[in-house]
Amino acid sequence: MVTRLKQQYGSGIREASTYLGQAYMVVESSIIYELLQVLRDQEEFDYCVDVTALHYPQREKQFDVIWILYSFPRNERIRVKTMIADGESLPSSTAIWGTANWLEREVFDMFGIKFDGHPDLKRILLPDGWKGHPLRKDYGIIQQDNEWVQINLGIESGQ
Amino acid sequence: MTDATKYLSHLELGEPDQTFLDSNELIINMGPQHPATHGVLRVILKLDGEKVLGTECVIGYLHRGVEKIAEHRTYTMFNPYVDRMDYVAAVSNGLGYCEAVEKLMNVEAPPRANYIRVILTELNRLASHMLWLGTHALDIGAMTPLFYTFRDREEILKIFEKYCGARLTTHAFRIGGCQYETYEGFERDVKNFLAFVPPKIDEYEELLTTNRIWLERTRGVGVISGKDCIALGVTGPVLRASGVKWDLRKAKPYAAYSDFDFEVPTGQNGDTYDRYLVRMREMRQSLRIIEQAVGKIPEGPIMAKIPKVLKPPVGEIYHSIEAPKGELGYFVVSDGSTQPYRVRVRPPSFVNLQALDVMVRGALIADVIAVIGTLDIVLGEVDR
Repeated sequence: MVTRLKQQYGSGIREASTYLGQAYMVVESSIIYELLQVLRDQEEFDYCVDVTALHYPQREKQFDVIWILYSFPRNERIRVKTMIADGESLPSSTAIWGTANWLEREVFDMFGIKFDGHPDLKRILLPDGWKGHPLRKDYGIIQQDNEWVQINLGIESGQ
Repeated sequence: MTDATKYLSHLELGEPDQTFLDSNELIINMGPQHPATHGVLRVILKLDGEKVLGTECVIGYLHRGVEKIAEHRTYTMFNPYVDRMDYVAAVSNGLGYCEAVEKLMNVEAPPRANYIRVILTELNRLASHMLWLGTHALDIGAMTPLFYTFRDREEILKIFEKYCGARLTTHAFRIGGCQYETYEGFERDVKNFLAFVPPKIDEYEELLTTNRIWLERTRGVGVISGKDCIALGVTGPVLRASGVKWDLRKAKPYAAYSDFDFEVPTGQNGDTYDRYLVRMREMRQSLRIIEQAVGKIPEGPIMAKIPKVLKPPVGEIYHSIEAPKGELGYFVVSDGSTQPYRVRVRPPSFVNLQALDVMVRGALIADVIAVIGTLDIVLGEVDR
């Protein structure tokens, strides 16, 4: 499968390997949508297990966004990873897997990564008016949106 | 605090009619404080009379930032936190996390530990299904099963308490194996339980399986096809009731599951009744697994050789287990230090809840209650 995809996308696939027996791919963000589509339609990865992200503040391209996919017919899992800078957006995979809807909303909520073409991109776990994205590394563990807390809860601080 | 119409942008409400009598559409807010939402779930319903036209879930009321906490704790310190996600199946949560970190460090729990893990996890699956059955039946209007299941679940909690001192948030396992050796009489207690519980399950089935009211309220309610389940990432008993024979214990065996003989029950119609039948049959399969395991727990150590201070090598791992609710996954990233760089939890309840909208469109408002119950969500896990 990997050789087939490499032929098709060439240097778009920067790395394809396994770690501790788990397959993963690192790809350019420009081909991510097409690749995910191909993985579902041609390689039978019909189940999107998870969409999540990682934050590396010291890197130029700060975020890793990861799709974990599973194929029922092949009983295989693969992780597809791409990197983007702060402020950049990715195409939404909601049209490929319905699951991605809430999962992408959570990534947006926690990391502030935007997904173009998402039908309803808004916060999911935190309140709508909240400022900041808690799973970024520069967001402190006891940090909170004091203004929101004061207005909505009527207390000085949640701490 | 929040304006309901803001959440309904996708429901195409349109311009208001001239008089309210022209319109049958109604927006109703259910929860977050509602006895049938199993916690703090808010569902906004768009109704035409009693018919549901669309729903929108508002979640996050129980968000505690578990994934953020993980980045500020050592691997060992984070272990008890995972119990507080799906608090009715704490043992499963712990198993998934411990196995994920073990994989990352490339160690394996000894066989004895794996057998103890399987027994406790399966007992926990029974406890979780019993709690589900009681509350689900109560939501639909059958009060008796709640008292029966809580009475019998107590026997499982007693075993947990004797084993590790806690009933609910057990923290039963450690990275590398188990902390505690089985107590004196553990096998006897488990065997007694195995003899005690099958007639009780018969009793539940007697109350419900052929009960006319139960059939009316569950048959053909909340139907979802296997194809839709896969597209929406729905796993666990809900997926199996729609006819997809898939269980991680068989597909990607972990712990000692490959040693045991058991079946994966499936349904055909994907309705609430089939999901009920699948879970009832799963309880009996769990008993089968425990029966096979308890007789031949191997001798030996219960803890693998691991360092006092855990520093997994740089890398990332995704490991998932079949929790009572579906696929529970942990994506753990290590930067080589004592604290995880990131722990992502893939919660089955969160993903399954997304299917609520598909399952209740066109149904009656009373069916929404039945479908929330049949999805078996735990809000602690949805919100984390």
